[in-house]
Amino acid sequence: MTVMPDVQVLSFRDAVREGIRDAMRRDERVFLMGEDVGRYGGGFGVSLGLLEEFGEERVRDTPLSESGFVGAGIGAALGGMRPIVEIMTVNFSLLALDQILNTAATLRHMSGGQFNVPLVIRMTTGAGRQLAAQHSHSLEGFYAHIPGLRVVSPATVEDGFGMLATALEDPDPVVIFEHGSLYNEKGELPQPAAPVDIDFARVRRGGDDLTLITHGGSLRLCLTAADQLAADGISAEVIDLRTLRPLDDQTVMASVARTHRAVVVDEGWRSVGMSAEVAARVAEECFYDLDAPVGRVASVEVPIPYPRHLEQAALPSVERVVAAAERAVGRRG
Amino acid sequence: MMADLPSLYRQMLRIRRFEERCAELYSGERIRGFVHLYIGEEAVAVGVIDRLTPDDAIVATYREHGHALARGIAMDAVMSEMYGRTQGVSHGRGGSMHLFHAPSRFYGGNAIVAGGLPLAVGLALADRMQDRERVTACFFGEGAMAEGEFHESINLAALWRLPVLFVCENNLYAMGTALARSESETNLAVKAAAYEVPSWSCDGMDVEAMSHAAERAVALVRDSGGPVFLEARTFRFRAHSMYDPDRYREREEIERWRERDPITIASTRLIERGLMDQEALDAIDADVTSEVDAAVAAAEAGTDEDVADLERHVTSGGVRP
Repeated sequence: MTVMPDVQVLSFRDAVREGIRDAMRRDERVFLMGEDVGRYGGGFGVSLGLLEEFGEERVRDTPLSESGFVGAGIGAALGGMRPIVEIMTVNFSLLALDQILNTAATLRHMSGGQFNVPLVIRMTTGAGRQLAAQHSHSLEGFYAHIPGLRVVSPATVEDGFGMLATALEDPDPVVIFEHGSLYNEKGELPQPAAPVDIDFARVRRGGDDLTLITHGGSLRLCLTAADQLAADGISAEVIDLRTLRPLDDQTVMASVARTHRAVVVDEGWRSVGMSAEVAARVAEECFYDLDAPVGRVASVEVPIPYPRHLEQAALPSVERVVAAAERAVGRRG
Repeated sequence: MMADLPSLYRQMLRIRRFEERCAELYSGERIRGFVHLYIGEEAVAVGVIDRLTPDDAIVATYREHGHALARGIAMDAVMSEMYGRTQGVSHGRGGSMHLFHAPSRFYGGNAIVAGGLPLAVGLALADRMQDRERVTACFFGEGAMAEGEFHESINLAALWRLPVLFVCENNLYAMGTALARSESETNLAVKAAAYEVPSWSCDGMDVEAMSHAAERAVALVRDSGGPVFLEARTFRFRAHSMYDPDRYREREEIERWRERDPITIASTRLIERGLMDQEALDAIDADVTSEVDAAVAAAEAGTDEDVADLERHVTSGGVRP
C-alpha cells in the first residue's frame, strides 16, 4: 500500500503551470492567450506542454499586439469565456494599459453594473536577472492604484498554484504579478492542491519586536533578514500582503499594533509606490501604536541598470532590510 | 430584417430630432460634459444596424446616440443618461459617451479612439469558441485608423477568422485634423485590404446605399465567418463636440455636404416614389417630436443617484475559494 504524500515539492513555475492546467481541465471556458504561450512554451516556460494537451484553440499564440490581445481577452470575457491572458513582462503591459485601465477596470462602473469583466491577466515582474531597464521593473503599484482591478502577488508555490483558480472565479479583472526570480524556486504544495483566497495577507513568520510588510519576490529576503535579526535577538514578524488591491489592512494593523514598529519592503520605486501606500496606511491607522517611524526599503529611483553590482545596489537586499529593522528598534542611528 | 425606406427614414429622423434637442439642452445647461453629435451621419448607423439581428453585438464610440437609438434602446433611457439620472441606460454613470445596454448586446460607448476594436475582436472570439454564429459590428471613425489598436485588431480578426464587421465612419475629420493630414493612404478600404480582409466603401449619406452595402457585408461575415471592412463616406454637419468652435473646416465644404443630407435624400425619394406625401412626412416628424418631448420629460422627472452609492459597481465584491 502506498501512502500519498500530503505535500508535493515543485518549482513556482511548475506550480503556476499546474494551476493553469487544473483550471483548464475543470472549465471549458478557460483558455490561455499571449505571446509565445503555445509552441514556445511561454517566455518563462510556464506554459510548456499545455499546447500539446489542450490544442491551439485554448492555448493561443498571439501576435505582438499587447493592446489587441488584452482587449480581445476583455471581449472574450464579456462573451462568456474565462480568458487567462499572459503578458510576457510588466514593461510590455504598458502597451496594453489603455485596455486594462480604460476598459477592463472601468466597464462595470461606467455601464452602471451591466458589464463585468471576468478576465485574468498574468505577467512577470521584477529585477535581479540583469535584464536592464526595459525588462526589470516592478510596477505593481501602478496597477494597485486603479479602482476596478484586483491585484495579487503570489510569493509561494501554494499561492502560485492556488490564486489562479480563485482569480478565475472573480467576476472582475484580476492582475497576477509573478516575480521572475521565483520561477525556479522550489516549495511545498499541500495535497490535494486547492484554490486559495485572494483577499487576505498572511503572517509568514511570527515575531514581537517589529513587523516586516512585503509581498512577491521580496518575501524571501524578508524571511532571510528575519533569521539574521533573530540571531541578533530581534524578533521580526513577516507579513506577506499577497493581495495588493484591495489591501488587507486588518492583518497589517493587528500586527503593527502588537509590535509597534513597521518596515515596508517593496521592489517598486520608493516614491508614490506600494511602499508609500502601505506606510501611509500604517501612519493613518496605527499612529498612536507606533514606537518608531515607519521604515521603508524600496528600489533606488533609477531605471534598473544592467551591470550586476549596480542592479543589486538598486534593489532591496537582506542587508538593507536588516539595517531598516535595526533602525526601527533603535539599534542604529 | 431589412426595413423599408419609410421606417429607415423614421429611424434617422428620431436620431436627428433627439440630437437637435440635446444641443438645445446643452446650451440650456441641462446636459453637461462632452456631447458629440451624429447629425449628418444618421444613415450609417441606421443602415447597418437594421441588418443585424438581436443576437448580434454592437461596439460603438463616444458618438453613439444614433447607434443606441437605432438599436431600439428606449429614447427616454438614453435621454435620462444624458441627464445623469439613475433611469439612464447606464444608470447615469456614463453620460453621453458611455451608453451601454446589456439586453441589446450594446457594448458602448467607448471614448478612447479605437479602444472598442479589440473588445469587438474578443466578443467575436468568444462566439467562435462557443460555436455561436453571431456578428459583432464595430463602429469607429477614420481617426481610429491611425491608432495601433485598429491594426492590431483587424490583424487578429483576419488571422483568427473572426466574425467582426468593421464599420469605419469616415467623416473626414479626426476632431480638427483632416484625413489627408493624418493618413499617408487616404483610401481607407485599401489600408484595410492589406490585412486580407474584404473591404469596400459606400455612400454613407444615402440610407438605401448604406443598407445595401451593410446587407452584403453582414452576409459575407456570416457566410465566411471572417471579418469584413466597410467604409461609410459621411460627414458630420455639426462641430466635433459642443465645445468645438469648428475653425478647421470651410463653410463651403459643410454647405456642400449639407446638400446631401441623408434625411433630405430619403424624404425626397419617398415623395418621388409616391411612398409618402408631405403630410405623411409631417406626421412622422410630429410623432418623433412628441417622442423626444416625452423623453425630455422623463429625464427631467428622473432621479439622481444617492451619493451614498458612489462606490457601487466598481467591483462585484470579490469571491472566496
